[in-house]
Amino acid sequence: MIWQQFANGLAIGSVYALIALGLTMVYGVLRILHIAHAGVYVLGAYLGLLAFRLVPNFWLALGAGMVGCALAGIIIQRYLYMPLLALPRIVPLIASIGLFISLEEVYRLIAGPYVISFPANPGLGSIEWGIVRITNNQLLVFLVTFALLAILWFIMSKTKLGLAMQATSQDLETASVMGINTERIIAANFLIGSALAGAAGVLVGVYFNSVYPTMGSIPAYKALAIVVLGGLGSITGTVLGGLLIGLGETLLIGLTNIPFPRDGLAFIIMILILMFRPYGLLGKE
Amino acid sequence: MFSGYIITVAITIGIYVILAISLNIITGYAGQISLGHAAFWGIGAYCSALLSTRLGLPFWAGLPLTIAITALIGSLLAIPCLRVREDFLAITTIGINFVVQAVFLYVPFFGGAMGIGGIRSPFGISSFFWITLIFVLLCIALDRWLVRSWIGLALESLREDETAAAISGIDVVKFKVAAFAIGSGLTGLAGHLYAHFMTFISADDFGFPQSILIISMIVFGGIGTLRGAILGAVILAVAPEIFRPILDYRILIYGALLIFMMRFQPGGILGDQSLVPRIFKAVHQKGLTLMRTGG
Repeated sequence: MIWQQFANGLAIGSVYALIALGLTMVYGVLRILHIAHAGVYVLGAYLGLLAFRLVPNFWLALGAGMVGCALAGIIIQRYLYMPLLALPRIVPLIASIGLFISLEEVYRLIAGPYVISFPANPGLGSIEWGIVRITNNQLLVFLVTFALLAILWFIMSKTKLGLAMQATSQDLETASVMGINTERIIAANFLIGSALAGAAGVLVGVYFNSVYPTMGSIPAYKALAIVVLGGLGSITGTVLGGLLIGLGETLLIGLTNIPFPRDGLAFIIMILILMFRPYGLLGKE
Repeated sequence: MFSGYIITVAITIGIYVILAISLNIITGYAGQISLGHAAFWGIGAYCSALLSTRLGLPFWAGLPLTIAITALIGSLLAIPCLRVREDFLAITTIGINFVVQAVFLYVPFFGGAMGIGGIRSPFGISSFFWITLIFVLLCIALDRWLVRSWIGLALESLREDETAAAISGIDVVKFKVAAFAIGSGLTGLAGHLYAHFMTFISADDFGFPQSILIISMIVFGGIGTLRGAILGAVILAVAPEIFRPILDYRILIYGALLIFMMRFQPGGILGDQSLVPRIFKAVHQKGLTLMRTGG
């Protein structure tokens, strides 16, 4: 029982981590709380669904979701956030919330308010070790998340682009003095982060076999909790935070039966940790 | 005098104006971004509803108690907010909103999913309107007094530069708590009015979207100014009624409005740097010079 919950928690936690990574990367370079990121995530689910309707192949759907979201991310960065950078923090924040509200409405108006099923699982099979059973769906989530995280790790630590991204998130001005084209790096952050959100959208759509306009509202705020937990802007911290919240809420709800909603719980964990570490688990002052 | 519909809308606007004024004190004057203001409003409303239904307290007896209790809880909830700054603060207040709403929804004492009904209101709808109007005017007077007082000056210095304020001998912790206490005291008033006006409340009324609506009001009107908070509250509270014919596009318009406002007039309609006040000031200046030169 506990190991089964563990597998469930890990699957949900890894999706949380994928969504939250984009937020953290955007925050790292622009210091903006990118609430509309969850709107991009829903876009990924719908684009994946659309592609799947045209060509019924999961991997194509995943690719379509990621590419579409990457484009959307760059457009948002270029035309919404860049002109607002010099203004007080609350201005891009409210603009981002406005964009998120509008995106949800656009999806509802175009695709309708109902839940659409997304039966795209390629059927990788399930694994059973004694009492633990990793379902078909969970295996898919684990594999895709792991592959994406490995690629992200490779880009961030082994390539010139990754080095430039790290430098820019540490100190934008110094990085640009050192000859880094910071505008391009910021765009790269949005591109990669939004593509990850698109992948998460497709994965969640397939995992729960459902896509609907408001599927982003809860991840929007939970991803914020995760990003804060990890220390805003820290990539390792965000992955840890995602897994921690996914596992924490699944285990607590599954094993103790406390009558409290998952979503409130994530925030209680976050507020408690912030009391002792006001800059997050791995954050620096 | 007016139809029931217009009076109902007017009372709703009045309650939102009080909420906008109270958030403007915390976020506009003291610079502490709060994305969980609806939680404080909910605390006020639930407190008022419980006092009325459990203890049978009448309207006027419940009012001061509700304000005091909400201000107290507000300043207690401000304590976690003292540890964190800026973006961490914004997210912490979102968290407070979700947690408070979950408590209302899942603790049986607060009525659970059914909410609390049967709150007795002693007034008819038109006298309720006049009472709301009087309270709005009192809030405006309080705001004016606050801005001119020593507290207002201290809050403003917190907003501009916290470290510099601390160095000049301003007790940062004390004034932050004061801002949250005054702000949430006023939301207690708004909650009391709301509970007695609706006579039925539930946790859904005080969710995160409501917090967004309240902060949108002050940002929309012009953050940090009283006139902006009032105008923003009036516009965004009336908008759903005006756009009723195109019901399906209402929320989309609201979202798009926020984006375009931030993109092209980030100070809000009546913010100090915005177009309308600048034109007004220019015209005013010109009028003065014309009068002085006698031409």
